[in-house]
Amino acid sequence: MSETPIADGTTQRPERPERLSRRPRRLGRYVLPTYSWLVIAYLVFPIAVMVAYSFNRVTFGLQLVSFAWNGFTLQWYRQWSNVPGLTSAFWLTVRLALVSTIISTILGTLLAIALVRYRRRKFRGKGTIEQILFLNIAAPEIVIGASLLGLFVTFNLARGFLTLVLAHVAFSIAYVTVTVRARLAGFDRSLEEAAYDLGANPLSTFRRVTLPLIMPGVLAGALMALALSIDDFVTSNFVSGSSVPFPVWVYGASRVGTPPQVFVFGTVIFMVGIAFALLSLGISRKKS
Amino acid sequence: MDQPLPPDHPGSVKGQRRFAAFRQGLAPYLLSLPAGLWLLLLFIVPLLIMLSITLKTCNPASGACVMTWSWGEFPRVVSLYHAQFVTSLIFAGAATVIDLVISFPIAYWIAFYGGRKKNFFLIMLLVPFFVSFIIRTLVWEFILSDNGIVLHFLKHNHLVPAGFHVLGTGFAVIAGLAYNYLPFTALPIYVALERIDRQVVNAAYDLYANRRVTFMRVIMPLAVPGIFAAFLLTFIPAFGDYVNQEILGGTSNTMIGTVIQNLFLIDSDYAGGASLSVVLLAISLLGIWLYARLLGSRTIEEYL
Repeated sequence: MSETPIADGTTQRPERPERLSRRPRRLGRYVLPTYSWLVIAYLVFPIAVMVAYSFNRVTFGLQLVSFAWNGFTLQWYRQWSNVPGLTSAFWLTVRLALVSTIISTILGTLLAIALVRYRRRKFRGKGTIEQILFLNIAAPEIVIGASLLGLFVTFNLARGFLTLVLAHVAFSIAYVTVTVRARLAGFDRSLEEAAYDLGANPLSTFRRVTLPLIMPGVLAGALMALALSIDDFVTSNFVSGSSVPFPVWVYGASRVGTPPQVFVFGTVIFMVGIAFALLSLGISRKKS
Repeated sequence: MDQPLPPDHPGSVKGQRRFAAFRQGLAPYLLSLPAGLWLLLLFIVPLLIMLSITLKTCNPASGACVMTWSWGEFPRVVSLYHAQFVTSLIFAGAATVIDLVISFPIAYWIAFYGGRKKNFFLIMLLVPFFVSFIIRTLVWEFILSDNGIVLHFLKHNHLVPAGFHVLGTGFAVIAGLAYNYLPFTALPIYVALERIDRQVVNAAYDLYANRRVTFMRVIMPLAVPGIFAAFLLTFIPAFGDYVNQEILGGTSNTMIGTVIQNLFLIDSDYAGGASLSVVLLAISLLGIWLYARLLGSRTIEEYL
């Protein structure tokens, strides 16, 4: 950029490479990295505590998490399913997350395609939809949960698995759409037009050309929806009724005493999530 | 291509026109219909119902509500619960400021010096999200408890008096909020810093600005939209949060989220709960409106 050719054809001055990384001396080299690793340690610290206490022995009385360290045990991993309410809450969360992820990923992806493809002139109401998506993400979760409770009470809909699915899809769609839309921005339309030129109909064009190309974005959106659904407490607490998902059960139990199995589930979910994240990181690095 | 194409073949002129008409005409509406309907029926309609509930008068015993078009619910709940609004404002505000101070340097470091490890560090920033929100907060309850790791160590070494406690105070709530919402602050700031054109920074150096001046007059102004987005994305959820307060704050220092939840789920006072929710939503929208006025309506969506 700074190589402005002048009359004799030489460049005005030589490029100075990597100025930004050369300039900062102590700050960039020592202070900031140390600080950043300290912040990361702070973020990891409670997780380390959770993992450690999933291995803590309980010496007397009720089988609840105690703060004193009583020695290492694998008891809670062996007896992971010994707390009936916790196990059924966990499986409910798994079912709920799968169903709501599938629905919200399909609906969100279709909406994202519509938003990326069509300008306002061809797509009346596009601006309104974008504003609704934004409002959905920005609104405090307690407002969303409370308003859904109001809806279900008004229409006398019994609270249970159905209301949970309705609610989880309602708060996931916007996140899926935003994620997929961001990945779709650089989509090359000419590839689809080539498929049309070669005689493919819209359906097979979508299935054989469009879908494989947008798949990374769709997967990212699906992971987002999955994570949101597994972790949701506030909305679920309003609309769950008698079928209690994992976070709601854990919250209720913690007011009396937390069984160590909660930390076992927490540790396993954490390990699976981190494995997925590092795997996708490895894949994206290999591709680039 | 000597043979004439059948008229319904997609490659033919007629077929192409048909697909073009299909793609450009109905397609956007068909594609957005399912998601749009879902959002209409399960997001917009519930908000409207909530608005209508605020104008109803409810019988606390039976929970039955009658439309009376009375606006009296708003002044009633605001005067009843203004203390909880103030508490929420202070707790969420303090947590947001702490998060901004903590996350700016690390976001700066990752954006400017992350090199090839950027994605790894971003995952490390997001690491709390791999543990359930409730479990995270429960673990903080353990850590901050009177005989927990931190206080036990401090008391053992006589650094704090034996009667000192954190759990059940506002400080514990602020600490929990700050921890739980830190990634919401760090990511938008990172995005804003990452986007700064390095040539602009280099230009400042070429014009003999020193590092401090470059930082204050080039990098900071360009990071402002990200910092403001980070503020909103942290403050709005923290303001409505009640989990941290209920787990870490004990019975005192009630936040507005706790009040809303109790009004709905325990007291069945739907009119009161709905009115508080509407006020909460209005405060959030006010923040977003201010952002849009000051920095342009398109920019905040880039940080979601």
